[in-house]
Amino acid sequence: MSDSQRVDARNSFCPGPLMELIAAMKLAKVGDELEVLSTDKGSAHDIPEWIAKVGHELLGTREEDGVYYIQVRKSK
Amino acid sequence: MKKIVIVGGGTGGTILANNLARRLATELASNQVRITMLSATDKHMYQPGLLYVAFGRMAAEDLYQDQRSLLEPGITFHVDPVKTFDLEHNRVETQAGVSHAYDYLVICTGSRPNPESVPGLAEHANHVYTLEAAQKTFAALQQFKGGRVAIVTGVPHKCPMVPLELTFMMHDYFKDRAMLDQVEFYYTYPIGRLHSLENVGKWAQREFDKLGINYETLFNAKEVDGAKQQVHSEEGSVLDYDLLITVPPHNGMSVILENELGAGGWIPTDPATLQMQGTENVFVLGDTTNIPISKAGSTAHYEAETLGENLSTLVRQGTMVRAYEGKVFCFIEAGKDRATYASFDYLHPPQPQSPTQMIHWFKLAYNKLYWNSVRGLL
Repeated sequence: MSDSQRVDARNSFCPGPLMELIAAMKLAKVGDELEVLSTDKGSAHDIPEWIAKVGHELLGTREEDGVYYIQVRKSK
Repeated sequence: MKKIVIVGGGTGGTILANNLARRLATELASNQVRITMLSATDKHMYQPGLLYVAFGRMAAEDLYQDQRSLLEPGITFHVDPVKTFDLEHNRVETQAGVSHAYDYLVICTGSRPNPESVPGLAEHANHVYTLEAAQKTFAALQQFKGGRVAIVTGVPHKCPMVPLELTFMMHDYFKDRAMLDQVEFYYTYPIGRLHSLENVGKWAQREFDKLGINYETLFNAKEVDGAKQQVHSEEGSVLDYDLLITVPPHNGMSVILENELGAGGWIPTDPATLQMQGTENVFVLGDTTNIPISKAGSTAHYEAETLGENLSTLVRQGTMVRAYEGKVFCFIEAGKDRATYASFDYLHPPQPQSPTQMIHWFKLAYNKLYWNSVRGLL
């Protein structure tokens, strides 16, 4: 995954990982895959919730050493 | 001679230039260092004042000072914005065709509201991110006869407290006019709570519940249907409004996009050193970075102080001495006469206190003190 498709939102309280992802999604093309890095455990819930509500695709989530990696695909 | 070129004359660039001019006063006087600022305008705007313009509480003339008057005498200032960044050869070229070589380059061109990115938003919504828009918002509030006021926030946006501040201040505006029984407030927010800062969101929710302000989260505007006075969200909901207020989505400046320095006009930046990624001698400040941090004057201020120290030691010793730790301090107006604040960094979230009149007065004082702050005196 290229750096341009990685949303590194570690240690971000404001605007925070989901807001960073929403901004990145606006710049992405349909079909692009993005990976969010977050140190906020709430992201593991918030991001999949938003992805499902809008209708994008959740590709996977994992946690490693306190960092959450959430992969999504822009579907529309 | 070491040449430092600062591109942009907003809060970050001006604080940095003055900070450097003081630290490197001896080198400036002996022509060992030159500090050059290239800006698009000879006027400096106090942008947070636009919020008060929208409520008739600050006038246009309160917002501006002559940029040159804010700068230390040793700084070379040109109203001649950069057109081309030639990072490979350490040069920038201006719109007037002048080439400036640099040893250190600082890019702080800022951001711009982009309501046009959401169909119908620019035509049908009011905002406070330009003087014209703030004055139009004031007129719309004055003429409003009642109904639903909807607040819609775009992503990303500058000054993350504005969605809440606008809502609280509109509440008190209509309260003073004995119109609260005729006005419904409907606040929306892009993520699953009322503010990106969790503690601020919890505080705002308690305040909103107390004041009877309605809200909907996970709401990102897709388009505005002005004829039907409706906002359609990406998430599938439809919001009716009588008066539409927006905190519009923002972009970086077009010169950043045209020079392909970063997607969306945001330059990939190291969160600690503020170096543009992949470079050693190019630094980025304020809204222009892609750092996942608030786009706000406060952020630019603290970044500029860190960079001022680091650039001066780079010039003198060839090394940087400090890391930017993500410090941000934001006032939050909680109505016409109460305010609180959020202070946080990369590792410590804010713990907002109950609003007080004293903090509101301090914010009003800061509206004047800003001019000393940007001179680097505070």
